[in-house]
Amino acid sequence: MKAFSYVSATDVAAALRAISTEPNAKFLGGGTNLVDLMREEIEQPDTIIDITRLPLSGIEELPGGGVRIGAMVRNSHLAAHRLIRTRYPMLSQAVLTGASAQLRNMATVGGNLLQRTRCLYFYDGAAACNKREPGRGCDAIGGFTRNHAILGASEACVATHPSDMCVALAALDATVVAESVRGVRRIPMTEFHVLPGETPDIETTLAADELVTAVELPDLPVAATSAYRKVRDRASYAFALVSVAAALETSGGAVSAVRLALGGVAAKPWRAYQAEQVLLGAPATDETFERAADAELAPAVAQSQNAFKIELARRAIVATLRRLLTEGSAA
Amino acid sequence: MVEIRMRVNGVMEALDLEPRVSLLDALREHLGLTGTKKGCDQGACGACTVLVDGERINSCLALAVQYDGREITTIEGVGDGERAHPLQSAFVRHDGFQCGYCTSGQICSAIGMLAEHGSGAPSAVTEHLSADTIELSDAEIRERMSGNLCRCGAYNGIVGAIREAASGEAGRDVMEAVR
Amino acid sequence: MTQAPVHSRPAPATAERIVGKPIDRVDGRAKTTGAARYSAEYPYPDIAHAALVHATVSRGRIAGIDAAAASAVPGVLAVITHLNAPAMKPPPPVSMMNLSSLASGTTVNYLNTDEVHWDGQPVAVVVAETLEAAQRAASLVEVTYETLPATFDFAAEEKNAKPQKSDLVQSGGATKGDAEAALAAAPVSVDLRFTTPPHNHNALEPHATTAAWDGDRVTVYDGAQNMYWVRDNLALKFGIPAANVRVISPYVGGAFGGKTMVWAGTILTVLAARVTARPVRLMLTREGVYRTVGGRTPSTQRVALGAEADGRLTALVHTSVTRLGRVGGGPEQVTSQSRHLYDAENILVQQNLVKLDLLPNTVMRAPGESIGTFALESAIDELAGELGMDPIALRMRNEPERNPIDGKRFAHRMLREAYARGAERFGWSERTPEPGSMRDGRWLVGMGVASAYHPSWQFAANVTVRLSADGTVVVRCGFHEMGMGGATAQAQIAADALGVPFEAVRVEYGDTALPTGPGAGGSGQTASIAASLVSACDKLKRSVLALARRSGDSPLRGQRMTGVEARDGGLYRTGRPGLGETYAAILTRAGRDSVEARVGSDTRVGAIAGQVRFMSKLMLDRRRWVKAASGAQFCEVRVDPDTGEVRVSRWVGVFDVGTVINAKTTAGQLRGGIVMGVGMALSEETLVDPRNGRIMNPSLAEYHVPVHADIPSIDVSWLDEPDPTMPLGLIGVGEVSITGAAAAIANAVHHATGRRVRDLPITLDRLL
Repeated sequence: MKAFSYVSATDVAAALRAISTEPNAKFLGGGTNLVDLMREEIEQPDTIIDITRLPLSGIEELPGGGVRIGAMVRNSHLAAHRLIRTRYPMLSQAVLTGASAQLRNMATVGGNLLQRTRCLYFYDGAAACNKREPGRGCDAIGGFTRNHAILGASEACVATHPSDMCVALAALDATVVAESVRGVRRIPMTEFHVLPGETPDIETTLAADELVTAVELPDLPVAATSAYRKVRDRASYAFALVSVAAALETSGGAVSAVRLALGGVAAKPWRAYQAEQVLLGAPATDETFERAADAELAPAVAQSQNAFKIELARRAIVATLRRLLTEGSAA
Repeated sequence: MVEIRMRVNGVMEALDLEPRVSLLDALREHLGLTGTKKGCDQGACGACTVLVDGERINSCLALAVQYDGREITTIEGVGDGERAHPLQSAFVRHDGFQCGYCTSGQICSAIGMLAEHGSGAPSAVTEHLSADTIELSDAEIRERMSGNLCRCGAYNGIVGAIREAASGEAGRDVMEAVR
Repeated sequence: MTQAPVHSRPAPATAERIVGKPIDRVDGRAKTTGAARYSAEYPYPDIAHAALVHATVSRGRIAGIDAAAASAVPGVLAVITHLNAPAMKPPPPVSMMNLSSLASGTTVNYLNTDEVHWDGQPVAVVVAETLEAAQRAASLVEVTYETLPATFDFAAEEKNAKPQKSDLVQSGGATKGDAEAALAAAPVSVDLRFTTPPHNHNALEPHATTAAWDGDRVTVYDGAQNMYWVRDNLALKFGIPAANVRVISPYVGGAFGGKTMVWAGTILTVLAARVTARPVRLMLTREGVYRTVGGRTPSTQRVALGAEADGRLTALVHTSVTRLGRVGGGPEQVTSQSRHLYDAENILVQQNLVKLDLLPNTVMRAPGESIGTFALESAIDELAGELGMDPIALRMRNEPERNPIDGKRFAHRMLREAYARGAERFGWSERTPEPGSMRDGRWLVGMGVASAYHPSWQFAANVTVRLSADGTVVVRCGFHEMGMGGATAQAQIAADALGVPFEAVRVEYGDTALPTGPGAGGSGQTASIAASLVSACDKLKRSVLALARRSGDSPLRGQRMTGVEARDGGLYRTGRPGLGETYAAILTRAGRDSVEARVGSDTRVGAIAGQVRFMSKLMLDRRRWVKAASGAQFCEVRVDPDTGEVRVSRWVGVFDVGTVINAKTTAGQLRGGIVMGVGMALSEETLVDPRNGRIMNPSLAEYHVPVHADIPSIDVSWLDEPDPTMPLGLIGVGEVSITGAAAAIANAVHHATGRRVRDLPITLDRLL
C-alpha cells in the first residue's frame, strides 16, 4: 500500500473543503472495499479523508412518507432497522446477503454505492484492464467470465457491479443525495451508475469532489411485498451470479404494481423496466412472469463462459415473482 | 505518523502509526497481541475478527487510525484472566477447531453474533424479517457465522459450541460477558 | 484376519483404558485464548519484514531488474535479486535412501538464476523495517523479461501425456487379464470421461517463516509438515551442518499437504536474514501462497466398466492424465483405489503425465484417491443405473476376498460392515431409486453413496519417554501438529502403556531439537509414533522393574515383565491387585529422579539405520499385505429446481480406521475431510488462464471453500476393529474421509435431478 496522509473530517463542510483542495484524495468510509483495493495498489490515493465521524448515521422517516438513510449508516444497522425490515424488506434482505456480518458492521451505505467490480482481471495488476488503466485492453474478454455481464457490456469492459444493496435501491426508485462545495444534488439511483461504453473507468455520475450524504427511499407501498433472491456459488459469503430484487402487488389476479431489478448481470444494478412493462396489468401467472423475463433478457449477450446466466436470470426472475405471489413478502 | 489511543482489552494504549497500518497489524506487530490472526488480509476469511465497542469487524480492512478512541476486544481480552469465557470452554468441549488458526476469529465473531441476535437483528435466512424474536436455530447460527472460514472443517463443533453456550446457564454467562 | 497381532497390546486388566475416549485436546486452552504461537508470531526486537516479487511470465529469462524505486522507499534494507543474492546450493537429486531429498517443492535455485519457470516464481525479495514498507517496495521492483515459448494449457496438452514409470514406492500402472477385450464383450458397460480442476489447500494460516541467524547457526520458525526436511534442505542450501539448523514448529495453522515440501518463502526468509544480518519474518500474502506453493493437479480420467447382467464385474479400466511442473512435482496416484475396491476379472489401470510450464503440483489431502474415487465411484453408480441395480448391492456383489489386482491378502477389510451400518444410520431403504422421484417442498432431493479408500502408512519415529519420581511422564518426539491432536493422542497412548493418569503425561513436539519424528503425511503420523512410543514404554517398564527386582523389599522381587502389568501409577502383579508398587516408590527407593527409555537413534549412523529399517519394513509389508482405511459415504442433497443450486442436507460416513485413539479428535478429522470433499464437489477450482498460465483467482474471496452455511450436521462413526498389522491396530484418519465424498455428492445430484455431472465442481450452471 502506498503511503498517504490521513485527515479525519468532523463535519460535512470540512470534508468537502478537504476533497476540493487535497490533490488525489479519497473519502474513506468503512474501508471494506477501498482498503482492499489500496492494498492491491489498484487505488493509490495521496490523501485519505476519513468520513466515518460525520454525523450521517441516522435513519429517519421523511415528511412525505419516505425514508432517509444517512450515508454513514452501517450496512448491518440498515438491514436491522424496523422501518426497512417492514416497509422495504427486499432492502434488508439484499444487504443481509452481502459479504459477511463483520463486513456489514464496517461497510457504509455511501461506500456500498461506490463498491468496485470483482472482475478477476481488474484485481490482477498483471492483466490488461480498461477500467484500471484506460486504453490498455480487456483480458477478461476471452478469459474467465463466469461472473461477467450479460447486459449493457461493451467491447472495452464486461465487468459487473458487485453490490446487492444497490440492486434493491434501484428497484425501490431510491435517490442518492450528493453534496459538494457547489451545493446539493439529487441523483436517481437508476442514473447513479453508468454503463461502461468506451470509458469503463467512469463508473458513476458522482463528481470527484462530491460526497454522498444520504440515500432517500420514496413512499412505496408495493415495497412491503418484496424480496431479494441471490443466486451464488456457495450458500453464503459469495458474490452474486445473478440476483433479483422484486416487489409485487396483485389485484383481482392481475399485477397492480411491480418493481424489478437484477444484480450480477451488468456494470450497474439493472432496473428491469422492460419486464415491469410486461407485468403491469397482466395476469399474475408463470406465463406472464416468463414473458416479462424474456422481454428483459432479449438483448442479453453472453461472454465465453456465462451463457448460463441468461437462463439463470430468467429462472430467478420467474421463481422470485412466483414466490412473492404464493408465499408473500420476506417481511 | 499519527498518534492514536485505543482501549485494547481494557488497557489504554498509545500508538504512533503510519496511517496505512491496519488494525490487525497494529495489534499483532505493534502491541504483540498475536492471538488475532491474518488469514487473507482481504476480508475474505474472518480470522482477524475482533470486537470494536462490542461489534465484530474484520481488523485486516480497518486502518488503525480510523479506530482512534475506540474500545477493542481481541481474543486475549475474552474471558476473565484465568477463568475462560464460556464460549472458550465450549469450543474445547465440542472440539470446535483443529489447527486453531481460525479459532480466535470464530470466538470473537460468535460473541458479536450472539449480541447481534440478542438485539433482534435478522439474518439472510430469517424467514420473517418483521418478527420480534428470531429463534437461534442451527441454520441461523451457520448463516451468521459464515464470515468465518474454517479450512479444517470444524464447523459442526463450532455450531455445537455456540448452541450450547447460547442456551441454558452458560448462555446467560455468555450474554452477560457480551454486555 | 487370523494373523497374529504384530504390535497390538492387550488392554490393562483393571485400569480403565484412556485410548478411545473423547478426551479434550491438551492444547485446547492455548488455541482458544490466542496463546498458541504460530510461526509468524515469535517476537524479536529487531525483526525485519520481507515481501516477495513474483514473475509475471510463464517461461523466460529476466532481462532486467530496476530496484531503484523500491530501494528508495523509506525503511527498505535490501532488495535481493539474482543479481546480488549470495550463492546457494541447488536442491539435491531425489533418492529414496535420503527422503529429505524429496523435500524441494521445485528444482529451482531461487534468486540464483535468471530463468523463470512459471508465472508467479519469486524473482526478488524485499526486506524492510516494516511490513508496509516491504510490501510497498516489492510492488515497485520493475522486472523485464525475455519470454520463451511455454506450454501451460492442460486441456490442450493432455494428449501429449506419457505413461508414468513405476518406482519403488509408486506404481504407474498395472494389468490383470485383458480388460479392453472383456469390456468390449461385456453385456452391460459404461465408458466415461471425468475431469477435475486444480485445487489449492488454502490452510487458513498462510505459509510463514521467522528466521534468525547467530553466526553460522540459524533458528527457523516455520509452519511445516516435516521440520526435518526443512532442516536438511536449508542446511544443504546454505552449506552448513544440519545440526546448525533448528526448526521450531509447535503450531501449524492447517496444511493439508501444502506444507509438506520446502517452498520458496521458507528458503528466501532464511536468505534475507543472512543478507541483512537481521531476524526476518515473511508471511506469504494469500496470493503469494497460490503463486509459490503447489496445489493439486487437474486430471482427466477414463473409467470403463463391463459387467454381466447380474452385476459381476468383468472389466475395470481406469486411466488418468495429470500434470507435473517442468521443474518438479509428483504423480498423483489417481488409480490407486481402482486396484483394491472391486473384484473385477480383468483390470487395467494406467496413470499418464504431462509436464507443463506451471508451478509444480504437490500433495493435497489424499493425493490420488480424492479425485480418483470421484471418477471410479461415479462410474459404479452409473453402471448400477445401467444394470437397474441398487448401487450398494452392486458394490457388495463385487466386494473382493483378496486384493483384486494381485491376489495379496488384505490386512483388514470391513467395507461390508461399513455399508451395512451406514445404510441403517442413513435410512437408505427410504430411497426411491428413480432419479427425480424424491422431493421436499420445492426442493429436489437426492441420495448418493460412494466408497472411501486410503492406503495406510507407517514411517520411522524416534521417541524418548522419561518417567520422573513424582509420577509424571514426558514423551519427546519431533512430530507435527496441524490440528490432528497428536499430543493428545500420544499422551493417551502413553498413559495406557504406563498405567498413569492422562494428566500425568506431557508430550513435547514441534522442534527438530527433539528425537526425529515422522513427517505429517499419508495419514501415518499417529501410527508411526505410536509404534515407537509403545516400544519405548515397554523398555521403560522393564528398566523400572529391574530397579524393583533388585530390591529385597519390593513385592515385585523376582518378577518378570510377563507377570506384571502397569496400572494405577505403578507396576503390579497380574491378577494380584495388592501386589506391586508405584513408580514413585520404586524410583525413590532406588535413589533415582527419573528413568528414561529411547527408541531410535538420531546419530548419523542411527538415522541411516532407521531409514533402512523403514524402507525394508515398507517393502516387506507391501509384499505381504494390502493395508488401508476405507469407508462408506452416504449423502443427501437438495437441488433448487429453478436455479440448480445444490445444498448438502445430510451426511453419514462410516469408516474402518482400526483402533480409534481419541473419539473426539477422530470425529473432527473425519468430518473435516468430508467438508473439504464438499468443497471439492461443489465449488473449489483454481483458475489457471489457458492463455498465459497465470492463476486468476488467488484469493479466498474467489476460490470458494465451504462456509458454515454449506455444511450440515455430519454423522461420522467407525467400526473400531483394530487392524492387526498396525501399531495398536490403528489406521490413519486424516485423509480417508475426503475420498468418495465428491462421488457421493455427484451420485446424489444425479438421483435428485437425473443429471450426471462428470466434471468438477458441480456448479449450478452444469445443472441448468
